[in-house]
Parts: sequence; C-alpha cells; structure tokens
Amino acid sequence: MRARAGRTAALLLSPSLLVLGLVVGYPLLAAFRESLHRSGDELDADGFVVTGDRFVGLDNYADALGSRFWTAFGNTSFFTVTTVAIEVVIGTAMALVMHRVIRGRGLVRASILVPWAIPTAVSGLLWRWIFQSDGVANQVLATNLLWTSDGWAARIAVIIADTWKTAPFVGLLVLAGLQLIPHEVNEAARLDGASAWQRFWRVTLPLVKPALLVAALFRLLDALRMFDLPFVLVGAQKGSVETLSMLAWSEANQVRYGPAAAYSVILFLYVVVIAFVFVRLLGTDLLGDKRKASA
Amino acid sequence: MSVVRRLAPLLGVAVILVYCLAPFYWMVVSSFRRTSDIFDLSVLPSPWSWENYAAVFSGQNQFTRALLNSLVVAGVTTVVTVLLGTLAGYALARLDFRFKNIVLAVVIATSMFPAISLVVPLLKLFTDIGWIDTYQAMIVPSMSFALPLAVWNLTTFFRQLPVELEEAATVDGCTRGQAFRKVILPIALPGVFTTTIIVFVVAWNEFVIALSMVSRPETQTATVRISQFAGFAGYDSPFGTQMAAGVVVTVPLVIAVLLFQRWIISGLTSGGVK
Amino acid sequence: MKRALALGIAALVLAGCGTSTPEADGRGPITFATIKDGTGTVPKLVAAWNAKHPDQTVRIVDLPEAADGQRQQLIQQAQTKSDTYDVITIDLPWNAEFAARRWITELPRDQFDVDGFFAAPLKGSEYRGKLFSIPHFTGAGMLYYRSDLLAKAGVTPPKTWAEMKAACAKVLALPEAAGASCYAGQFDKYEGLTVNFSEAVSSAGGEVTDDAGKPKLDTPAAKTGLDFLTTGFRDGSVPSDAITYKEEEGRRAFQQGKVIFHRNWAYIHALMNATDGSSAVQGKFGVTVIPGASGPGVSTLGGNNLAVSAFSKKQDTAREFIKYLTNVDTQREHAKGSAYPMTRTAIYQDPELRAKYPYLPVLHDAITSARPRPTLVRYGDASSAIQEQVYAVLGGTTTAEQALSTLQQQLTEFAQGS
Repeated sequence: MRARAGRTAALLLSPSLLVLGLVVGYPLLAAFRESLHRSGDELDADGFVVTGDRFVGLDNYADALGSRFWTAFGNTSFFTVTTVAIEVVIGTAMALVMHRVIRGRGLVRASILVPWAIPTAVSGLLWRWIFQSDGVANQVLATNLLWTSDGWAARIAVIIADTWKTAPFVGLLVLAGLQLIPHEVNEAARLDGASAWQRFWRVTLPLVKPALLVAALFRLLDALRMFDLPFVLVGAQKGSVETLSMLAWSEANQVRYGPAAAYSVILFLYVVVIAFVFVRLLGTDLLGDKRKASA
Repeated sequence: MSVVRRLAPLLGVAVILVYCLAPFYWMVVSSFRRTSDIFDLSVLPSPWSWENYAAVFSGQNQFTRALLNSLVVAGVTTVVTVLLGTLAGYALARLDFRFKNIVLAVVIATSMFPAISLVVPLLKLFTDIGWIDTYQAMIVPSMSFALPLAVWNLTTFFRQLPVELEEAATVDGCTRGQAFRKVILPIALPGVFTTTIIVFVVAWNEFVIALSMVSRPETQTATVRISQFAGFAGYDSPFGTQMAAGVVVTVPLVIAVLLFQRWIISGLTSGGVK
Repeated sequence: MKRALALGIAALVLAGCGTSTPEADGRGPITFATIKDGTGTVPKLVAAWNAKHPDQTVRIVDLPEAADGQRQQLIQQAQTKSDTYDVITIDLPWNAEFAARRWITELPRDQFDVDGFFAAPLKGSEYRGKLFSIPHFTGAGMLYYRSDLLAKAGVTPPKTWAEMKAACAKVLALPEAAGASCYAGQFDKYEGLTVNFSEAVSSAGGEVTDDAGKPKLDTPAAKTGLDFLTTGFRDGSVPSDAITYKEEEGRRAFQQGKVIFHRNWAYIHALMNATDGSSAVQGKFGVTVIPGASGPGVSTLGGNNLAVSAFSKKQDTAREFIKYLTNVDTQREHAKGSAYPMTRTAIYQDPELRAKYPYLPVLHDAITSARPRPTLVRYGDASSAIQEQVYAVLGGTTTAEQALSTLQQQLTEFAQGS
C-alpha cells in the first residue's frame, strides 16, 4: 500500500519538483559556485579588466561580514519581526470581519485586494509621494518629518507601506481557513456559554492556525528578502533601511558577482534557519500529520 | 449592547475600507490631476483631467499590448501553477510516503533565495537555449515563487478536509481520482480559489524577471512598461502617468475577482455542500 | 529531484563553456537601446534614418527610466554576451568602466567629426587616451534665481558664495520672501549628491580627482567646498528638508517660492516657465552660472553617451548610426523637438534655438567650464563612497576633516586597484 502511494506521490510531485529544480535549483548552485570566485577586479597593463574567474575560497564570505553587513542584517531582522507581527494581527482581524459580514462581503474582499494588487514598484512610488517632506502624510499628521531621509522615520515609513500592502495577503488566507470551519462548531461553543473572546481564542484560532501559519511563514520569507520597497521609497545605501537583499543588489550593480552571490547565500542560509525555527516552534501542524497523531 | 453588536461589524468594515483604500484613493486622485498641478494636496483634483490616461494608452507606450502580454504570462503561470500545485498538494496532504517532510522542506526552501540572484544564471541559461524574448522565459521563472506558495497553501487546505468524506466516496465505488474530483475538489474550492487569486496577483505584478528576459516591446509586460514611462526630460518622472497605469493594472484585477467570486459562491451553494 | 539536479549541472557546464563572440564588423538591421524620449523626437529621427537605410533599419528598445535600472539592463546583457543591443546609451561616468570591461568598442576618432563637440564631455568619453563613446546629450548645473525679488531688493545675480549670502540677507528681509530660505541643490543620498559635492569642490578651485584619476581631497579647496554645503544647513540658509531633495523636489521648492536660489539642470527652465498656471514663478526667475568661492563656479557635467556594444554583430551599421545621431544637422533637429542639451557647440549659436531656449548662452558657458565626474573604472564605488561621507557630514554624524581624509584614502584605493 505504502509503496503504491509512494509511486503515485512521485508521479504527482515530479512536475513541480522538476520546475523548481530548473528555475531555483540551478541558479542556487550557480550562485554557490559564483560565491567562491571573484572576477574582473584587476586591470592589465593596457587598462582592460582581466577576465575570467579566480577561485578565492571563502574570501567573499569573510569580506562580506563588515559593519555594513551587520547593519543590513539588523535591519532585515527588525523589519521582518515588526512587519510580520503587525500583518498577522491586522490580517486576522480583517479576515474575522470579512467572515462575519454577510452583506457587502464581496466588496470588502475586493477592496482588501487593492493594496496587494498594486504593483510593488508603483506602490513604492505612491508611498514616496505620500511621504515626501511636503507630502500628504505630513499634512494629515500635522508633522514635519523627513520620512525619506536616513533615520527612524524612514523605518516607520517602510513598515507602514509594507504592512499596508501585505496584510491583505494574510487576511485572504485566513479567511479561506475560516470558511472551512463548520458553522456548528462555533454554535456549539456558544451554547456552552463561551464568550466571544473565548470562542475566538479556544475554537476559531486553533482551527485557522494551519492557514495562519502558512500565511505567516510566507510573509516571513518575503520580509527577510525585502528589497523593492525600501529601495524605491527611501533609496539605496541608506543605513537605516538597507536590507541584505539590497546589499546583494548593490554588489551586483558594481559587477561584483562573487561578493553579491556570497551575500545571497548568507541570506539564504539565514532564511533557512529562521524558517526552520519557526516551523519547529509553531508549526507542528504544518509538517507533522496532526490528524494521524491524534487518531 | 445589541446595538453595539450590530454596529461592530459595520465599524470593522469601515475601518478596513479606509485602511485599504485611503492610499489607493490618493493614487486615483493623483492620476486624474494634470501634470501641471500634480503637486497639489487638494482632496479632489481640480480640474479633472484624463491627460494621464491618454498618455498611458498613447501609441508610443503600447500599453494595451503590454496588458495583453501580462494577461497571457500571468494567466498561463496561474493555470499551470495551480494545476501542478493541486497535484503536489494532494499528494503531500493525503498520501502516505517516505520523505514527505523533506519534499515539503525542499519546496519551501526554493522560496528562500533572493529573487534578484536568480536572474543572472537564468538569463545565461535562457540565452543558451534561445528563450530570450519569449513568453515561456517569463512564465517558467515566475513559477519559482508561485509554485511553493501554491503547493503549501493547497497542502494545508487538503489536509484540513475530513478524511471520512473521501473514504465514504471510495466505499461508494469511486476511484481515488474520482473521489478527488467529485468530493475533495468542490469542498476545497475556497482554498483553490484563494490560491488562484494569490498566484495570479503575484504573477501579474512580477517585474524583475520580465524586465531581464524580454527586451522586445511586443513581448514586454505592463509592469515593465510602467518603469519605462518617461517625462519631458530625464529627471521629471511622469508621476501622474505612472499612477494612472497603476490604476489601470489594479482595477481589472479587482473586478475580475468580484465577478469570479459570485460565480464560485453560486457554484458552491448549488453544489449542495451541507 | 535528481533529474532536475542533473539537468541543472548539465546547464551549468554548458554555460561555463560559452565561447567569446568573434569581432564582427557587419551591417544590417540594428537595435538601439535608449531611455525613452517623452517628446517623441528620437523616434522621428530614427524614422528618418530608416527611410534612407531600408536594409540597415534601427529598432528602438526602451531602457527603464531610472538610471539604476538602465545600468542593470546593460550589465546583464554584457554578462550574457548578448547581441540584443547594438547601440547603447550610457551615463557619461560609466564610460571608463564599460571600456575597461570591453563591453563597448573603441571608436575611431577620425570618423566622428569630433572637433565640433564641447571639450569636457569629449574628454570624459575617452579611456586611456582612446575614444569609446560619443557624447549625445550633455548638461551642466546652473543657478536659478528669483529675478523679481532680486530686483526689488536691488541686488544683482551673485557670482560668489559670499555675494549669494549677502543677496539673500537683503532679499529675505522683503515681506514677499517671508519664510523662504536662501539656497538649495540636490542633497539626498544619490548620484546628485556626488554632483553637488564635486561642483562645490571645483567651485572652490579644487578638484575631486585630477586628470590622472588621483584624488585631491586633502586640499584646503576641498574643505572650503564641503564647508559651503554644511554651513548652509547649519545656518539655515539651506532648508532642512533639502536633505531629501533630488532634482524634482528642488524644482518644486523653488517653484513654490521656498528658496531664492536653486542649483539645477536646464530642463526645469521650460517647466517653470509654463504659462498654464502651474508655475508660481513663471516670468519671475533668471538663470546664471553657478557661484564659486572667489568667482564664477565650475559645474559638474551630466549627460549621456552613445556606444557600440562589443557583442554587436553589426558594428559598422552601429557606428554609422551614432555618426548620424550626433552630426550637427541631426542635433539641430533634435534640439528643436526636445530640450535636452546637445553636445555640439554650434547648436548653441543657432538664433532660432536661442529664441526658443533663452538659457542657451548661460548653459554654453557652464558646459565650457564644466568638469566631468572622476574618470575611474570603479566610478560606482567612488560615487557611493562620496555619497556616504558627504551625507554623513551634512547629517552631522561626522566632521568634514574626517570625511575628506576617509574619502582621500578610499578614492586612492579605487584609482589604483580597480
């Protein structure tokens, strides 16, 4: 039985794995190789760049770990923790409201798609516009902050713009999870005299937990690789918002593919660790077969 | 108390609408301002102007063609991804085999590599096999981020459905495939539908890959076109036109979701899920 | 997964074995990668060429509007040795790097009628004495001033920084100028900061790098230049939000009357002179050469160049096309259709164009005396370092002395090691 299931599974899974192997596996291997090499950093007597890769071992990694790296590392972690936490809360709240509303559910659902459907580059520009020194944010808030210069205000601007854009993603996934909960479950809890808060905390939340965790996990992965938004909204090379992805980009933009690949690999490993910890701490529902365990 | 109870959801809706739509409102308003008063902070444009929309669709920008290309790329990506994702998701949720967790881990690990670092190796590869300037050069890499999302999502949803339903169907004489099609899929529809929306949105908004893989205007997608809008001189990026284009690519998406949703919900209720 | 891996490894090996493109001087249809021209003039010029050369037609491919995006596109094409682009548009400061990496081919000087170009952009197009690209557009910073307020306060346009401050003192005393600040340039942390910094240094009689690429930032002139920028922020003559200004933010501040003097490129002239009511300063401003420490200042060159991609298989056609696009007649036509500053001096003498663009004489002088940005293979690193240090000084997190000595050391390293 298990062997047959294995064959079926292999059949069903192979197209996906093949595609992923091609579009991610291969570039990943290429990047690993690249990160051990350096090229184009010497000039010959006529002033031309000497071509060809030079094997440098782990030099690129050793050189990567400077103060700029640690700043970017800190920013990346900070943005991830704050944005994912805020998005989970806002997204869940959105889903609960949408789930309860009968009239106009379609309208609400369509409008929460709006922030998320706007292309990131365009929304980056929109927020840059809103956060300009004489922009509408300062007018509405009656402040005089320089949101796009290097400093705390810039971080807050990035967090606001990011949560606005991606909380709906969490909301949609949680809503789909809520829709799977049979109405009777909540009704039974209500008859048992559970308060609204208790029902949410004890009944609803455990049941949407798998959907919520998938949403949070993917937000986590995206937030750790954050690039466009700080880049467009605040700008490159600003210490208060520079992320690891931006660092990799800026090295690649100076045609230093070896160091750029080293940053990417480090970021990749960091994401792997964080995801692993996340799944271990919260996500027994994600990997283990809970149903079978409890049966 | 009951008044509060009745008003609370409405208040919630109002808060959500304001939260989601206020910045979008600013985008729409900016798109209707003339280039010359784009700096205004008034609540409504005065006068209203179609100038930016005219610029978006002017012959030079070939934006209609770009929208069509986006539709093809995002559409094909979505269909293929959801199809492959459904197969994989079902296998991971319902079949009992070794290495299951490793497969899940490998799938999600592919979402952990910075997208910008995928581009150069793929560009080299596609140049060698002559894929540059083709739709598939955008579709296949787009699946790198769409597929893990779809697989994980669908695995979660399939796993949540009661096993008993499927067993009952098998007892009724359905094969496993039939049980999946006739029993599992209809109930999983909200999950599949949500996944479809999500995949379509991320594919529709993809920029970095489309920018690198395609240089012919005839195959470029809408997001790439927007990045090329030029102003009067190098420094004055045409903000109003970009905002108008943003509205143009966002609104059809939202309308499509609204329509589809009707259809899905009616399909669900007539399907007789109790 | 194994199969995918095997496939991946096979592809890796294949990619590693790519052979270099042979030198090819062919002719035929070519592709011209450039920044989109909002006025539609370039497509018209290309159509005229195509009508005359039916077997060597030119197809325009638009690069992203942002400079970073252009650079990324061009680098990627070069990395894959792609012949997708034949003629490419580059920023002037990229010339040395693109030449040293053999991404663009040498252009024979005698084929391009080089005598008619401004000297500075042409010099900036050389690498180790050889010509690698042809200046297409150029540009130099100019000083815009509120002619109405200056006249009212009875002052003439300033030639030095001290004169500018003195003029401000008088103008800002006027009731019409209440709440305004004296001066703004571009001080956000981006390429524009490098431009403004090197302008300040040059205008104080110094230079960021000399002709051999050696940095000269340990000089009193460099200190004077940087101090001009910092004291502006400290004493309030530069508005504090100028730390977020790029070109357009600065124009808006000037256009809304927030500053009396503003350093910017030529393009803002037409926008600020718009008669549709969008510009509050229409007819109320003038333009002159930027001020300096003890006389007229020295601006930093902007501009774009045309080059032939080393991977093009139709280099003859590509060179011919560049010749066509940069000859006097085409440039004159071009100037009639769009306000980009052309690179041939003759254009600036044309009476018709002088009537259309009244700033041409000032711009001519500014470009004639302008200096290109440092000509370094590692220009990108140099510019980043300059932005890092200067922005820190403006923000008050480091001192001018410290920043300049760090820069001197870093630029020395970039100039040697490359």
